[in-house]
Amino acid sequence: MRIRPRLEEKIVRAALRLLTLLTVAILLLIVGFILKKGLPAVSWKFITSNPVDMGRGGGIFSTIIGTLALTLVAVVIAAPVGIGTAVYLTEFTWENKITRVIRFGAECLAGIPSIIFGLFGFILFVDKLKFGWSILSGGLSLAFMLLPTIIRTSEEAIRCVPADYRQVSFSLGSTKWQTVTRVVLPSAIPGIITGIILSIGRSIGETAVVIFTAGSALRLPTSLFSSSRTMAVHFYILAREGISMSNAYGTAAVLIIAILAINLATYYLLNKFIRKYS
Amino acid sequence: MKTISIKVRDFSHSFGPKRTLKSISLDIYKNEILGIIGPSGSGKSTFLCALNRLNDLVRGSTEEGLIELDGEDIYGPGVSVVELRRKIGMVFATPVPLPRSIFENVVFGSRMAGLKNRRKLGELARESLEKAGLWEEVKDRLDLSALKLSGGQQQRLCIARILALKPEFILLDEPSSGLDPISTMKIEDSLRALKDEYTIILVTNNTKQAARVADRTAFFLGGELVEIGATEMIFRAPSDPRTDDYISGRFG
Repeated sequence: MRIRPRLEEKIVRAALRLLTLLTVAILLLIVGFILKKGLPAVSWKFITSNPVDMGRGGGIFSTIIGTLALTLVAVVIAAPVGIGTAVYLTEFTWENKITRVIRFGAECLAGIPSIIFGLFGFILFVDKLKFGWSILSGGLSLAFMLLPTIIRTSEEAIRCVPADYRQVSFSLGSTKWQTVTRVVLPSAIPGIITGIILSIGRSIGETAVVIFTAGSALRLPTSLFSSSRTMAVHFYILAREGISMSNAYGTAAVLIIAILAINLATYYLLNKFIRKYS
Repeated sequence: MKTISIKVRDFSHSFGPKRTLKSISLDIYKNEILGIIGPSGSGKSTFLCALNRLNDLVRGSTEEGLIELDGEDIYGPGVSVVELRRKIGMVFATPVPLPRSIFENVVFGSRMAGLKNRRKLGELARESLEKAGLWEEVKDRLDLSALKLSGGQQQRLCIARILALKPEFILLDEPSSGLDPISTMKIEDSLRALKDEYTIILVTNNTKQAARVADRTAFFLGGELVEIGATEMIFRAPSDPRTDDYISGRFG
């Protein structure tokens, strides 16, 4: 027997609402738990002073800098390569065997567990190329890990730009390059940026890749060839080795707040950008 | 004797295996308005896009035969497609303003051609908007997003945008298909005013529009040119019975 449509709609609506609430609840639970455990340890001093005695005392300044440096290197490498690949796949070639192979390759890359990237980065950058455990090795390995996400999100964003825009641009005597840089990319920027934010989030939180390639030195990094510990690795080591749970949670709290802040700031800038262009 | 601006000889075109234009031959004279009528799918738009090589953007587009523009084979080797398209402005069926300000839309082509001087761009924008009959309506809000204009205004903006390139030819692909009668009338008025300076090719689904503005009219059917002649002749005494059937609304 079929239930009455109105009742059915009510049930579906209630069920969907429940699922949404569940998602939000899980998020709030995790964030709340971390903040509750971590915030007491967080102070201005905790953020601005270097760890002392393996992290038992002191703050996390050097790990914040390490995280920023690694993420910066990773995104600065992965974003141009990824966006370039996406532009090539969408604008400079018809769909053919090669593009399908590239796309399939990127999909496969996306499915590889991050620890494999870590191992690969260790063998190639740390060992073979002799970059050692360093921000450079870590950044390059992270960049490999981020590439598929950036390619896919950029490609989707570029495909969403109406074909009419390209047609109009060409009909007004633009070159291919002008059409891509002045018309297509500006319209695709919000989507591309979203992909990059996701990547930043992933590389800030990544542990496995970094531990293999950037090492876990607690000193403040001074160059691309310094070994460095990120906040996520710091948290892992503090918790895993039972060095200081309160400092571990403090680190986690700063990590979460940083990621939230980056998200909010970028969406704010993005909104401003969109308002300016449309 | 009228000057021939565009000479088309035995021109055929296909998208992949699909034949879209079959051996078209016709001349287009300088400073005339040529109307092209025919049911949808008859190859009118493909013909327009062959003239500025916009078909090149579509995968599997091939052509044979000759199109000469001012004596130059536009599919010949060494032809700059960019230069060609700057000589031929095109207005599409649905107005497509780019997502930027009114001003930036009008000067887009000139900027791409390398013009940077702010004052010159300003003059160009004003001149082009005046010719397209839009200046009075937008002069105080040139920085407004072009997407905020009404459909009719957007279409006139698109006309201004190509006028700014100072083209020789203007192609219009059913420019009033989405517009109300008053907007259509305004566009037709602009076309008549533009005729002295430009050669205009107007594809239209609306046979009456061709009758109102075109000097000569061509009738396309199934990728073939059925006939071409003075608009009066085509509408009063077409030589091909299919033309008569189409114009009097028996099909199409």
